[in-house]
Amino acid sequence: MTESAAPYTSASSRVDEIYVNEGKVRRDMNVRRVGKIGLLIQPIAAYFFLWAPIVILVLFSFNDSRSTASWQGFTTRWYTNIFNNIVGSEARFSTSEMLQSFSSSIIVAVAATAIATTLGTLVGMSLARGNYPGKRIVDNLLFLPVVIPEITQGVSLLIFFNLIFGFLRDVGASPTPGFGTVIIGHVVFSLSYVAIVVRARFADMNPKLEEAAQDLGATPWVTFWRITFPLILPGVISGALLAFTLSLDDFVITFFLSGVGSTTLPVFVFGLLRTSVTPEINAISTIILILSTLLIGIAMSLQGREIAKNS
Amino acid sequence: MTSQPVDIEIKNVVKEFPTKGGETMRAVDNISFDIYKGEFFAMLGPSGCGKTTTLRMIAGFEDPSSGEILLRGKAMQNVPPFHRPVNTVFQDYALFPHMTVLQNVMFGLEMRGVNKPEARKKAQAALEMVRLNQYDRKPRQLSGGQQQRVALARALVNEPAVLLLDEPLGALDLKLRKEMQLELAQMQENLGITFIFVTHDQEEAMSMADRIAVMDKGHVLQIGPADAIYETPVSRFVADFIGETNFLTGRLKRVEGEFGWVELDEGLEIKAGVNDPSLNIGQEVTVAIRPEKFNLFATEGVVKYPDGSSDQASAYKTALLRDPDINLVQGTVTYANYIGTDTRYMAEFGASKHSIVARIQNFGLRSDTSFEVGQPAYIYFDAETARILGH
Repeated sequence: MTESAAPYTSASSRVDEIYVNEGKVRRDMNVRRVGKIGLLIQPIAAYFFLWAPIVILVLFSFNDSRSTASWQGFTTRWYTNIFNNIVGSEARFSTSEMLQSFSSSIIVAVAATAIATTLGTLVGMSLARGNYPGKRIVDNLLFLPVVIPEITQGVSLLIFFNLIFGFLRDVGASPTPGFGTVIIGHVVFSLSYVAIVVRARFADMNPKLEEAAQDLGATPWVTFWRITFPLILPGVISGALLAFTLSLDDFVITFFLSGVGSTTLPVFVFGLLRTSVTPEINAISTIILILSTLLIGIAMSLQGREIAKNS
Repeated sequence: MTSQPVDIEIKNVVKEFPTKGGETMRAVDNISFDIYKGEFFAMLGPSGCGKTTTLRMIAGFEDPSSGEILLRGKAMQNVPPFHRPVNTVFQDYALFPHMTVLQNVMFGLEMRGVNKPEARKKAQAALEMVRLNQYDRKPRQLSGGQQQRVALARALVNEPAVLLLDEPLGALDLKLRKEMQLELAQMQENLGITFIFVTHDQEEAMSMADRIAVMDKGHVLQIGPADAIYETPVSRFVADFIGETNFLTGRLKRVEGEFGWVELDEGLEIKAGVNDPSLNIGQEVTVAIRPEKFNLFATEGVVKYPDGSSDQASAYKTALLRDPDINLVQGTVTYANYIGTDTRYMAEFGASKHSIVARIQNFGLRSDTSFEVGQPAYIYFDAETARILGH
C-alpha cells in the first residue's frame, strides 16, 4: 500500500494549480439567484392571468348588485332569478327555455359522446394496431379537426348539410337542421380527440399481452374484451369525458347547425348576451363552468391514476 | 437418439418479411430439424439470427412463408395460436397487469373451460411448484424474478405439449439467472415436457439444454449436445460464438482419415481434426483451438510432473515429440494475466507471428510455468483438440 501511495502523491504535486475566476463565479451565482426568484414569480403571474377573469365571473354571480363594477355583498338572488323567469328587465328570458336548452345540451352531448367514443376508439385502435398503406396519412389527418378553426368547420359543415339536404329533398324527404345535424357536427370535432387519447393508451400497452392471451387459448374476441379493453378503458373514459365536455361547451359549430328546438345552453346564453351582461348570465356561466370542470377533473384523475399505476 | 419420439418437426421452413424498401428479408432461410419429445432444446444465436421468429412460428404468431411445422405429426398450418397445445413464456413475461397473480395463472384454464374451483386448485398447485405464494398481488408489485415465476406457472398450468421460452431469463440479474437456470432444468426433467428455449447466451444454452441449435442469419449451422458443439464446431461462426476460440489461418496440405495438416507458415505445419469433406487440398482454412487446450512450458529449466517428479525441459520436449498427435511450436509470451483459477497468456509464434490466447490452470504441472513477458516458451496441443474449418 505505502509503496503504491508514494508515486501517486508525487504525481499529483506535478499537476498545475486550478485557477478559479472569483468575479465570474460571483456574477454567475447572482444570475442564478435572480433566476430562482423568477421561477417562483412566473407561475404566480401566469395563474393570475388565467384565473382572474374566471374568479371575477364567479364572484360577481354572488354580488348583491346589478352593477358589475363594485362588490355590494353576498347574495344567491341571481341563481334563484334564473329559475324564476327573471333576467333583469329582459322579458324574452324564460326559465323553461333555459332548462330546455340545457336538456338539449345534455341530449346532444350524450349522443355525440356515445358515437364519437365508439368511432374514435375504433380509429385509435386501427391506428395503433393496424398495418396498411396510407396509415401515416390517416394518422396526420386525425389532427386536422383539432387544428382547423371552429368557424371554418362550422361553415364547412353548413355547406355540407345544405348539399345533403338538397339531395334528400330531390328524393322526396324533407330534412331540417336540428338534433341530427348538431350531433353529427359534434361527433366530427370530438372524434379526433377520442382517437388521439385512445391511441396513446394503445401505444403504452404491451402488444405481447394480446399474444399472451391468445397463447393461453383466448380467441381474438375474448382477448379484446378480457385484455385489451380493460387496459385501454381509462383512455376510452377520458376520451369520452373530453368529448362530452367539448360538446357541452361548443358554441360556434352548434350555432351554425342548430335549428328550432335544438338550441343548446351556450347558444341560449349567447342570445341573452345580445342585450347586456347581467348577473344572471354570470350565474348560468358559473354553473356551466362547474359542470365542465368536474368532468375534466374526473377525466384527468382517471388518466393520472393510470399513469401512477404503470410507473 | 433416432428412435426417440418426435414432438416437433420443422421442414424446410422459410420466413420472409417485407422490408420498407419493398424488398423481402429472409428471417428464417430454409431450416429443417426435429425436436424430440421431452428434451430441453435450445435455439442459440445472435440477435437477428431467426431464433425468435422460429419460436413464434411454432407458437403460431407467425406463419411460415413456405415449408411446414408439424406438432406430434400434425401440420400446424392455419392453426391459430389459441388452438395450439403449446404455451409461451415471453421475454418480458407479458403478465396481464390488471389481473392478480392467481387470475393470471387461471386465465389459460378458464379459456379451456375448466370450472373455477378446479382452475383455482390447479393454479395454486402451479404457483406452489414455482414456489410463489403471493396470489393476490398484481404483477407490478412483484420483483423480476417473481414475475418470471408467475409467467412460468401461467404457461405450465395448461400442461402444454411443448413449452416455448423466449429469452425468459434475459431481464434477471446474474445471480438470479443462474438460480433460475438450475430450477428450469430441474423442472423440465421432472415434468418431462419438451422445452424449447431461445437465447443469445451460449453459457445459458450449454448449462441447460440437452441439444443446442446454433443459428445465424436465418440458418441452422449446427445441432447437437453442448459438448459436441463445443469440442467439434463445424464452422468458424460456431467456434467463435460458443466460448472463446483461437483461429489460425493457413493452407490445407493433406488429409488422412480424421486428421489434416495445415501449413501456417513455410515449414510450420500443424495437425488437427477435420471432418469436412468439402475441403480441398491447397485451399485456405482456419484451425480453431480453445484457449484451455494449449499447454506452455519454458524452453529452459525444469518441468515438474503432477506426481512431484521433474525433468529437464529439453527432455520433456523430446518425450512430447514422440507422440505423433502432439503439435509443438516455439513462441514468445507477450502477455500474462492472472485471473484466479487460470492464468491467461498471450503468445506469438511462427514467422508471421500467429497470436494465440492460452488459459493455463493454476495448479499441478503447469503451476511452475509462470512466465515473464517476452520469455520464450514451448506451446503444445493435442491434434484432436484442434479443428480444421473451411469457413
